[in-house]
Amino acid sequence: MTDHAANPSFAGTAQAGADTTGIEAPAKMTVRNLNFYYDGFHALKNIAMDIPEKKVTAIIGPSGCGKSTLLRIFNRIYAIYPKLVASGEIVLDGENILDAKYSMNRLRSKVGMVFQKPVPFPMTIFENVAYGIRHHERLNRSEMEGRVEQALRSAALWDEVKDKLKQSALGLSGGQQQRLCIARGIALKPEVLLLDEPTSALDPIATSRIEQLVEELKNDFTIVIVTHNMQQAARCSDLTAFMYMGELIEFDRTEKIFTKPNKKQTEDYITGRFG
Amino acid sequence: MAASHLYARRRVTNIIAMALSMLATAIGLLFLAWILWETLSQGIAALRPQLFTKITAYREDGGLANAMVGSLILNTLGILIATPIGVMAGAWLAEYSNRSKLGPVIRFLNDILLSAPSIVLGLFAYTIIVLPMKWATNGDITFSGVAGGIALALIALPVIVRTTDEMLRLVPSTLREAALSLGVPQWKLTVQILIRAARSGIVTGVLLALARISGETAPLLFTAFGNNFMTINPLDKMPSLPQIIYEYTKDPSPDINTLAWAGAFVLTMFVLLLSLASRLAFSRNKVSHD
Repeated sequence: MTDHAANPSFAGTAQAGADTTGIEAPAKMTVRNLNFYYDGFHALKNIAMDIPEKKVTAIIGPSGCGKSTLLRIFNRIYAIYPKLVASGEIVLDGENILDAKYSMNRLRSKVGMVFQKPVPFPMTIFENVAYGIRHHERLNRSEMEGRVEQALRSAALWDEVKDKLKQSALGLSGGQQQRLCIARGIALKPEVLLLDEPTSALDPIATSRIEQLVEELKNDFTIVIVTHNMQQAARCSDLTAFMYMGELIEFDRTEKIFTKPNKKQTEDYITGRFG
Repeated sequence: MAASHLYARRRVTNIIAMALSMLATAIGLLFLAWILWETLSQGIAALRPQLFTKITAYREDGGLANAMVGSLILNTLGILIATPIGVMAGAWLAEYSNRSKLGPVIRFLNDILLSAPSIVLGLFAYTIIVLPMKWATNGDITFSGVAGGIALALIALPVIVRTTDEMLRLVPSTLREAALSLGVPQWKLTVQILIRAARSGIVTGVLLALARISGETAPLLFTAFGNNFMTINPLDKMPSLPQIIYEYTKDPSPDINTLAWAGAFVLTMFVLLLSLASRLAFSRNKVSHD
């Protein structure tokens, strides 16, 4: 296990060299000196990156490079498992979310997450969306109905389910379930939406619907998407981060990463020479 | 040719394995059918309406109505006591104990309780309920339905704890992550989502526990004791089917023996139907989750 913290060429250089021409959004999340350990194993090494507001940031890299791990720190979902430790800082709207005093409740209402496999709750379609809202807000019946409809519309699912809101969500197709999970996430009106390989369990048609959706959602949310699919990153992100072996190798405008990356490793990966 | 030789060998292996497993199934089913046949043929003479309407006080001219009602009350008490405690304990084991050293210890102790001889649990209930009640009431209340229900609950409890724990642990962790990432606290996640997701598995556990306690005799001998009259007062001595079967089998009168067989048939059918019901509940769950 080599620790690259001592190696200045790796520490926080990715951001410094970024060409962010055309990306004029202020940073929504600022990651600095982020290190992460799985029961002693150094899984993320000195990550530094600025995630711009209302843009889509894609994280790519080979399996095991730490991209999902990084995403799972952004809402501290990793903390439900023992022996996982994150150090450094992730500043969201001026406050460090890794601070033990930062309320988990607040963090998770600001940062929503959609997972690899669709995981509807064992309840009706309506209740799936209403469930999270109910925990954070007191709404009357008609307000709740409005919110659920709005969320389902934003997730491009409303037309398909409006006549069966009282049916179990488990009866929906995989692609519909995943859009339901997105609706459930955005119903809380988060500011940041984390997508952890949201299309890897879906067929091409469902995948393209989700990608279209990401395109629309970035008007309202800051989106971070982890993907195995490089074409997907190229198609729907504004910025792309390439990670390898727990390090952030390069982080730049998507167009730049896919046309003339600065680092040899990035080029090798996107051209398929290793992975 | 080598390939076809290989396929032929595989086919033979397959036939042998199939034959053996079908034989094993047949042996199991044979005994079940035999038991049902034996109880039915020996007890058929007593399988008349009065079996369900008359009480044991009339002996040969009576039925087992009081024993059936007693069994119903005792089993209901047992399940009503054991289910909430068992589901809560199982939920704690599955959802909370991974942060505590107590988890594996409790799981281990629960497994011991699961295999504890039921007569020991009966003696335990006798010591902690029957005797203190006797002293407290100057001998007015000794053996009672409540004591029997608690003894049965002690047998049902570990079964329910175990199945709840296992069914909750089968719920994929992604469901936990999804709910927690909405900011929902652990207790809400457990009660409103996980228990609901594992509901039919937990119901199966409760039904299996019910099947298990409905055949128990030993723990009832010195707790519910038995009664030849109809009673629905849980503080009375209370009869039950297994206990009456036990007494009637030892009886010198052949007619009484026949009643015991009829009771055994009713009891076996009840347990069989319960198992079928639990299977049904479980298979329906599987379909709806696919």
